[in-house]
Formats: sequence, structure tokens, C-alpha cells
Amino acid sequence: MSRPDFWIIQTFNGLSYGALLFLLASGLSLIFGVMRIVNLAHGSYFMLGAYVGLTVALQTRSFVLALLGGAAAIALIGIGMERLFLRRLKGQTLGQVLMTVGFALIFQDLALLIWGGDPYSIPVPRALTGSFTVGGVVFSAYRLFLIALAAAIAIALWLLLDRTRVGALVRAAVDDAEMAQGVGINVPRASLGVFALGSALAALGGVAGGGFLGVYPGTDFEVLPYAFVVVIVGGLGSLPGAIVGSVLVGLLDNFGKALFPELSYFTLFAPMALILAIRPTGLFGRG
Amino acid sequence: MIRRRALFALGVAAALALAGPLLPAYPLTLVTQALIVAILAMSLDVLLGYTGLPSLGHAAYWGVGAYVVALLATERGVGLAGCAVAGIVLAALTAAVFGLIAIRAAGTYFLMITLALGMVVWGLAFRWVSLTKGDNGISGVPRPDLFGLGSLAGPLPFFYFTLVAAVLAWALLGLLVASPFGLTLRGIRESESRMRSLGYNVWLHKYLAFVLSGAVAGGGGVLWAYYNGFVSPTDVQLITSVEALLMVALGGPGTLAGSVLGAAVIVFLKNFVSIYTKRWLLILGAVYIGVILFAPRGVMGALRGRSRS
Repeated sequence: MSRPDFWIIQTFNGLSYGALLFLLASGLSLIFGVMRIVNLAHGSYFMLGAYVGLTVALQTRSFVLALLGGAAAIALIGIGMERLFLRRLKGQTLGQVLMTVGFALIFQDLALLIWGGDPYSIPVPRALTGSFTVGGVVFSAYRLFLIALAAAIAIALWLLLDRTRVGALVRAAVDDAEMAQGVGINVPRASLGVFALGSALAALGGVAGGGFLGVYPGTDFEVLPYAFVVVIVGGLGSLPGAIVGSVLVGLLDNFGKALFPELSYFTLFAPMALILAIRPTGLFGRG
Repeated sequence: MIRRRALFALGVAAALALAGPLLPAYPLTLVTQALIVAILAMSLDVLLGYTGLPSLGHAAYWGVGAYVVALLATERGVGLAGCAVAGIVLAALTAAVFGLIAIRAAGTYFLMITLALGMVVWGLAFRWVSLTKGDNGISGVPRPDLFGLGSLAGPLPFFYFTLVAAVLAWALLGLLVASPFGLTLRGIRESESRMRSLGYNVWLHKYLAFVLSGAVAGGGGVLWAYYNGFVSPTDVQLITSVEALLMVALGGPGTLAGSVLGAAVIVFLKNFVSIYTKRWLLILGAVYIGVILFAPRGVMGALRGRSRS
């Protein structure tokens, strides 16, 4: 492979990984923005979504149903967690962390109990399994699908947040939850909706990722740090931040792994530290 | 009050020292393990309970201490003193670098940044295969000789050595939190802006607490490497950091004795429950949720609340 090809392919791969990260991290960022909850079970939504998607895909032979089924099932789990447990811990950062870790451990064990320890791959439609050639460079169709899916979700989220009444309520809650409550916005209901949406997005990412990364025990804590780095770099509660953060982290991770395999995590986290040293609230965060 | 607590803690230590020879082998190693982990929990409590800084990456310093021992003691044959000093100093240096980045942030951001910084160390342990042997970890860490006085290879000598180290760590941290420096930390926990307007250098106090806490955690990691004879990325992973937080929360943040208690409960629970069932992660998860729902101020907090009311 010639040098320019290497850079083109790696950039494409990095972008597609960033697309996956966007699905994972946008939910975490939204949830944090509205509820200030550090949700360590967010990686579990990704993993559980992938497992549910796997079962749906095997039963129905439909990838679209797998995506929707995974997202819907995990949205229900998210709703249950927020409604029954996390709502009681408003403002207690440490309590939220420990409780969401408790859930993450339980989810991990339940997944092991239900799906066992073997790695699986979610079957994807034949149209997405191939590759295509542009200017002599071979690209994977599935990676292009990931980028398209993330772009579609990003546009939908932007329209939802920026152009609808519901979005305005959510933005008000992100800006100042107390004030929003004061002017008559039902913040608890907005929180519940955002939590459901955020967990569904992570699950969607899990199913989409399961098509090329596979599904296996331990995915939950493997992807969690990536979600956090994206959110830290981009700024908490910011959609543009999540987009820029995902692309940046996807590229950094991919080039780090390709160029300096032994230091790959370092090449991911060191730039994050640098950004934080300059802007403690992330690129798009508002303190 | 402080004197009474010191007497109580020394009494517990003396009771353990007397009980040591009477204990069968397995309980003795568990007590040893609990004492080592208690050092990690106490060091974290200085940040979480006394300064109000919820570090989510404390396993990093613990892991640096452990890896330094594993690297120096296996291939290079460095003795106890060299390993201990190198482990503690490198853990402190790691904390000194990470502190520069983390202390700038407050609250949730601090939590997330310490999480990410902890992942840097985990990533290096996992991927820097030529140094750390990656996922396989470094095995065959020999138990050291105590400065030519005798070998610490047996469970009982190692238990006594650990007990002395844990008492020293407790005394150091106990004196620290009772000192004017420690009182300032508590002031910062209660109101940072008030302390700043009173003329205290809030950043410097937090930073020093952060570095010192990292150094003590590194000391615990040194013992951990000798105790297990094996160091792997598991020792620096996120769950290890979170477990330390759970121990502090379970015992009651802001009470060193609580951290020791929390460490002991979790160590015993993990070891006993995993004997009887393969589903111990489920149970551990339930413990996390239960502690937060039913004992939000920890065991010590609940005890104190009762004695006051």
C-alpha cells in the first residue's frame, strides 16, 4: 500500500470509528447536560443493545429490526433506572457513580448468564458486507454505512433540539434546570425523555458496532472510557461538542493504533489532557 | 477524641498482631489482603472524605507502585528498600503530573478527568507490551528480605510486615487530617470560596493532598505486588478505582477507620461470596446499589448519627 493510500484509508477508518463513538457518546453528553449524572452504566447500554440486537437479528433475520429492537429494549432499561433509582440521587455525584457502577456490574453478569462468554457477530445485510473502490482505494461499505447512520442521527438530533418545542424544553433544562422548572417546564419528564433517548442511542451504537466489532463480554467497560473522552473533549451537554469530539477521538485512536501501537491509549488521552489544560470545560462546554 | 481514636486503632492493630499466629492460613492471607487494600482506601479517603475530591482513577497510583515493584524485583533483582522507594516516588510523580491537570477542574469534571487519567495508566499497562507484558501481566514477583533481618516469604512474617505498614500509613494520614493542613482541607471541602477569601491557597492544598494521597496509594501498590507475586492490568482498571470508592463510601467518607472497615468488608465479601456462587458480580452490584440507597453516609456515618440523636 502506498503512503497516500495509507492516510486515506486510516482517515476513513478513523471517521467511521468516530461515527460509532458519536452514537455512543451523544447520549452520555445529553444525559449529563440535563441531569448532571455521570453514568458509568452507559457502556452497558452499548453492550446490552448489541446483545439484544443479536438475538433479534438471529430470530427475525432483519438488521433494521435488530437496530430498533436493541434501542427500544435499552430505552426501557434506561427509563427504569432513571425513574426508580437515579432520580433519588439528585446532586449526589458519588452516589450516582457508585449506583451506576452497581448496575453496570449487574448488567455484565446478567449478559454473561443469558448470552454466555462466547464472542458473536451480528449478521448484517449483504449490501453492507462488501467493499467499493474509489480511485484505486478500497473502502468497506459497512464503515460508510456507520458514517451515514451517525450523520443521519446527528441531523435528527439537531432538528429535534433546535427546531422543536420539546427540544427547546430540553435546552432550557440544560441551561438552568432550576430556572426551567421555575417557568413551568416539567424538568423531571424532560429528564426521563432524555435518559431514554440517550440509552437508546448507545444501544443503537452497540447494534451497529456489533456488525463489525462483534459482541463479547467486556465491551461495556471497553467502550466506556472512549465515551467519556469524547464528552470531556467536546464539552458536556453540547451536541456540536459530541460531533467534534467523536471525530477527533476516532481519528486519534485510529492513527494512534496504526502508528504507535504500544502507546495507542497514550496518544488518545494525552491530547485530551492538553485540551483540558487549555479549556477545562472542553471545546464546546460552558463551565 | 483524637487520642481515644488512636488508642482504639492501636488496640485493633495489637489484637490483630496477637491473633495472627492463631489464624489458619486462608483467613490470615485474607486479613493481609484487607490491610493492604485498606491503605488504598485510606489514601482515597483523604481526597474524597476530607478534601471533597472524588477521584475515579486512584488505581493508577496503586498500579504504578505495583508495576514498579514487579519490574524491578523480577528481572533486575532490586531489594525491598529500592522497590519501595521507587514505587512510592514514581506513584507520587504520576500524581504530581495528573494533579496539574485534574485539580483545575471541580466536581463532576474532576471525576471524569481522573477517570480518563486512570485509563492512561491502564492503557500503558495493557498495550506497552514490551515493558509490562500487556494482558499477561508480570508474574513471579518474589517476596523480599527485610533488610537482611529475615525473609518475608512466609504468610506470617508478611502479615506482620503488612500490619506495620498499614499502621504507619494510618498514623501518617491520621496526623495529616488532624493537622492544621488537614483542617484546611476540610474547610475547602465545606466551602472553597470561603477558604479562598480567607487567604488560603486552595489550589496548593488540594494539589499537595492529591500528591500525598497518590504516594500512599503507591505504597499500598508496592505491598500488593509482593502479596500477589503478580501484577496485571486488572490492578489498574477502572473497576479497581471504583471499588476503592465503594470501600470509602461503605465505611463512611471522612473517617479513616471507616475506610479500613469498608476495605475489610469488601475483601471478605468478594472472597467468600465467590466461593459459594459464580454470580458474585450480581451480588457485588447489589451491594453498590444497597449501600447508596440504605447507607448513604456509610457505616461510620450511621453510627455517629445514632450516637448523636
